[in-house]
Amino acid sequence: MLRRTAYSLLVLALAGTATACGKAAPDPAEAATARGPIKIWLSNNAQEVAWGKDMVAAWNRSHPKERVTAQQIPAGKTSEEAISASIIAGTSACLVFNTAPASVPTFEKQNGLVALSDFPDGNAYIEKRGGGLTGQYRSADGKFHQLPWKSNPVMILYNKKIFRKAGLDPEHPKLATYSQFLETSRRLVRSGAAKAAIWPAPSSEFFQSWNDFYPAFAAQSGGKQLVEDGKPQFDSSAGRQVASFWRQLYAQKLAPQEAYPGDALNDGKAAMATVGPWAVSAYKDSVDIGVVPVPTADGTGGTYSFSDEKSAAMFSSCENRATAWDVLKFATSVEQDGRFLDATGQMPMREDLTGRYADFFARKPTYKAFARQAERVVEVPNVPGSVDIWQAFRDEWTKSVVFGRQSTDEGLRKASAEITDLLQEYGDPS
Amino acid sequence: MTMNLRVTPASRHGRARSRTGQLFVTPYVLFLLAVFAVPLGYTVWISFHRFYFTAPGTHVDSPWVGLSNYRDVFTDPVVGRAFLNIVIFLVINVPLTVVLSLVLASALNAKIRFRAFFRAAYYLPYITASVALVAVWQFLFGSDGFVNHLLGSHAPDPSWLVNSDLAMPMIAFFVTWKQLGFFVMLYLAALQNVGKELYEAASVDGAGRVRQFLSVTVPGVRPATTLVVIYAVITGANLFSEPYLLTGGGGPDHASASPVLLMYQKGIEQGHPDFAAALGVVLVGFVLVISLAARKLTERGN
Repeated sequence: MLRRTAYSLLVLALAGTATACGKAAPDPAEAATARGPIKIWLSNNAQEVAWGKDMVAAWNRSHPKERVTAQQIPAGKTSEEAISASIIAGTSACLVFNTAPASVPTFEKQNGLVALSDFPDGNAYIEKRGGGLTGQYRSADGKFHQLPWKSNPVMILYNKKIFRKAGLDPEHPKLATYSQFLETSRRLVRSGAAKAAIWPAPSSEFFQSWNDFYPAFAAQSGGKQLVEDGKPQFDSSAGRQVASFWRQLYAQKLAPQEAYPGDALNDGKAAMATVGPWAVSAYKDSVDIGVVPVPTADGTGGTYSFSDEKSAAMFSSCENRATAWDVLKFATSVEQDGRFLDATGQMPMREDLTGRYADFFARKPTYKAFARQAERVVEVPNVPGSVDIWQAFRDEWTKSVVFGRQSTDEGLRKASAEITDLLQEYGDPS
Repeated sequence: MTMNLRVTPASRHGRARSRTGQLFVTPYVLFLLAVFAVPLGYTVWISFHRFYFTAPGTHVDSPWVGLSNYRDVFTDPVVGRAFLNIVIFLVINVPLTVVLSLVLASALNAKIRFRAFFRAAYYLPYITASVALVAVWQFLFGSDGFVNHLLGSHAPDPSWLVNSDLAMPMIAFFVTWKQLGFFVMLYLAALQNVGKELYEAASVDGAGRVRQFLSVTVPGVRPATTLVVIYAVITGANLFSEPYLLTGGGGPDHASASPVLLMYQKGIEQGHPDFAAALGVVLVGFVLVISLAARKLTERGN
């Protein structure tokens, strides 16, 4: 009797656990036309949260039956991990306004995203809003699983006070070519004005290459992506020049090999940083900043940089997708994009920003350089296995460029071979 | 052949007690099954399939791939490096832990001044959050840290925590320091069971303090030593937060990566739970083998 009871309890416990884990997904056909309340997630950037709350309040005033509730993305090491976990648990919000393009292929593989192209006006709206920049955001199946929302084109921000302390002209810094950049860096460090000339994280996380290698490669190569037409692009003259440049920064102790546990530019430990326009308002009270483009070997390129873009995406747990699509269009309208730009300084993914929002750029001229850069940005390639590909690259980068344990040419060659294998593996799932 | 068993009142009473006992242990058995056996079984199942986590209610094939995930694990040089790192860790950490904690426990077992203070002082790092202790370690051993200021031009280059030869030993020393208080407590408890008459007899025979320590204390706490060694091995095999926090996610060129850190990176960051599951199963086997070997070694001569 007792044994039977124990077995029954066990079966009940396991069945209960399985049921709790297996939340049913909404029927896609029904959800596509369903309307009602939805939830959205915002990043934890204070200015973005403020904009999000205002946007939601504006929507709720005119749509009382389709109320939107906003909150910040649940805490995690990165937003991508928190979103991935929520997909698996079936608890993601309808819309997330902070989706990294590199994670979109993974989210697709998890059946976590709604294809925005499946809405009758989906493709037309996204292409009209983003213009020529939107092509980079199509997935391998030709559909948009993300709406390219805002970019933070990476540029070189520098601390004018530190430049002055090192005896350098802060209004005309010599940072256009690699040799100028290296010479300026040497003067900054050897004068004692700063511990480091520049201090990107030298650690091995896959996404760290977006702060050192990728902006420089985009500039040096004239706008190439890491992978194009199914082939890695960086084992090339441009890639080798970029790797050699960064290797010199590390070898000459101008960039530290150890991660800084904070914000090195803000703390006055580094004279420069590779960051997007979000940093302008973040640093305004603590650092007198200047902005220049990412350097190139001869200083004549420099027209491109990494976008550091974030998209807005709709998740498959959403039950009221018709409302979610309307909210997405409302939040990315000309008016809301203007409010977003004003509140955060980040660039909506639209063409002709300086013409469309002339008042803002007249009031805040520092952002003009970022707006011009935003028209020439390179995105991470939207290919299956994106995270693995970046990790393979980062492993060889840290080994060769940061720590000099192999030549930079060998590092790039090995990374290219590994990524070629990964592309074949993901391209042929059998 | 049949056997006639006579049920006596005593055996009836014993059976009733047995049932009551079973009733009391049932919740714990269920708990163990739910949180240990079922996930372990599921992990083994995942390790033999091509698998990734998907949104609930959506169907995705998880085909049987045999030993493919295990083949990937055994041929990945980073995995090999992670296990080598664990071996380096254990070679430093386990002997150091046993020797230091036994010597300190013996000292704290004697009647010394401020004994309570010292016991608390050694225990403090164990109950302090790893994140806080990592900050202390970085203050000491960062490239711009206190130790390098003292060493000046003699400081290692690259510095301690980003030096591929020093990163793992630094983690081993860090964990030894952090865990020491716990093992000292274990030995202190074990020392209470070593009879005073043994020390008296050894003293009468002319044994000095060192001889008494080697001939009475060490054999007297052998079961505790077995426990300390196995626990230290398991702690070492489960290293995660120290390499993650102290050396920026695995150190230079994976010089301080651990198998559990790789499981996290592969399974969660890179979306390969099948690879992570196979690595987990291999790690369980590794821990079992090392623990059994350690037990044989520490109990030798019993």
